[in-house]
Amino acid sequence: MKADKLALITGGTGDIGTAIAKQLSPMFGHVVALDILPGNQGELWQASVNEQGFQNVMFRHMDVTSFEQCEAVIGKLIAEFGHVEVLVNNAGITRDAVFNKMTKQQWDEVLRVNLDGMFNVTRQVVESMRNQMSGRIVNISSVNAQKGQFSQANYAASKSGIYGFTKSLAQELMSKQITVNSISPGYVNTRLMKGIRPDILQSIIDLIPAKRLAEPEEIAWVVEFLVDEKSRYITGSNLSVNGGLHMY
Amino acid sequence: MDKMTAIVTGGTGGIGSAICQRLTRDYKVIACYFKNGKHDEAKRWQDEQRQAGFDIDIVYADMANFADCEKLTALVMERYGHIDVLINNAGITCDTTLRKMTSLQWQQVIDANLTSVFNMTRNILPVMIERNYGRIITISSINGRKGQIGQCNYAASKSAMFGFSKSLAQEVARKGITVNTISPGYIETPMLADVKEEVLNGIIANIPVGRLGKSSEVAEAVAFLASVDSGFITGANLDVNGGQYM
Repeated sequence: MKADKLALITGGTGDIGTAIAKQLSPMFGHVVALDILPGNQGELWQASVNEQGFQNVMFRHMDVTSFEQCEAVIGKLIAEFGHVEVLVNNAGITRDAVFNKMTKQQWDEVLRVNLDGMFNVTRQVVESMRNQMSGRIVNISSVNAQKGQFSQANYAASKSGIYGFTKSLAQELMSKQITVNSISPGYVNTRLMKGIRPDILQSIIDLIPAKRLAEPEEIAWVVEFLVDEKSRYITGSNLSVNGGLHMY
Repeated sequence: MDKMTAIVTGGTGGIGSAICQRLTRDYKVIACYFKNGKHDEAKRWQDEQRQAGFDIDIVYADMANFADCEKLTALVMERYGHIDVLINNAGITCDTTLRKMTSLQWQQVIDANLTSVFNMTRNILPVMIERNYGRIITISSINGRKGQIGQCNYAASKSAMFGFSKSLAQEVARKGITVNTISPGYIETPMLADVKEEVLNGIIANIPVGRLGKSSEVAEAVAFLASVDSGFITGANLDVNGGQYM
């Protein structure tokens, strides 16, 4: 375990984020879930995760759409705990609408969180990683970035934007032993999916060769694989984790 | 029947001019122009085109401004009554490595290249749906496909076009509207004029065809996808890069 090393996960308290935080917990000194949660829900989340035996996981409030906030929160974490070894850009939202009815606001909200957020956060850790000559950046994209999706022109744009960013940054940082990759999950069994009408959910599952949704832990496992020291030659890559839904 | 119309954003640039010229063969072409209201420059461009035998209309708008694009659409509709082809070609670069990239450098590129695609397409799509016909072609880049040092902002904006186009293609496939991207490689344009000769030679050494592309070669690809006969091609990306990235 890298006791003095820090792993950061944006959108860290969601179902996938939580699974990633738990997965990375044994590997690093401190694992920080960065997220926006109202009131004391962040503290409650942390208490619950700590209680499950993941003592080194903590919550910090951070809005990825604010460059200044990202600078302040991550700057403080680095000062307090040391080097950022891992950044998982996992924060994401959807605002689905067919394009013909999509408002500028729906477009902007999704782009600000999913794409600009990745810039705002990544920009804060690059210097720390370069100085240490080590680091792992993992960006969570989506199968719908690869194949497009009805009523998700905003979401698919933001998620496929991640690929160009990932490949460019990978080229910039490879000489410093820092890898940058993306993961494109298919449909994952999260709270978000539980809100979908059962018949629609079934029709989605029917399209997946695996005939089931992914579990959040199956995404977290792929994150662990990419941040492992032995994965040092994998960079600028995208890993599809979609049960065979889209092959390319 | 009057001629179909084609709007080309960034129409006065290197590749934009070639697209406009090529499309005048079959369409009434409208070039969109924005450089902080420097209309004299645009008029000079328009005169040059006319002298060369290309009759191109010109409209002014800030592509990154939604209200501007709304007005532009209304103006073109008033003049011509229909919009059949939209070429999202406007783009800028603001290169720097991520560790030095400012928030402003990120945002300017995302807004000019990507938000502009939303703004124009969102305003023009209803007009196309009404007539059950349309061709939407967005100019991406080889660097949106493969990434490039110093272009985290540019490559993000360009690769975002792929997810956008594939999603929209699915939505409007039954309405006679196709949505595609073209990813040019390195093309001989004023944008490349500033690149040092040895750097340029290094780039050319990596292109299997052994030379830079011509703007007219991108324009041919645009004309192909824009044609009525290309109605079964949608959600696709067409690389025009001399074999540099496959």
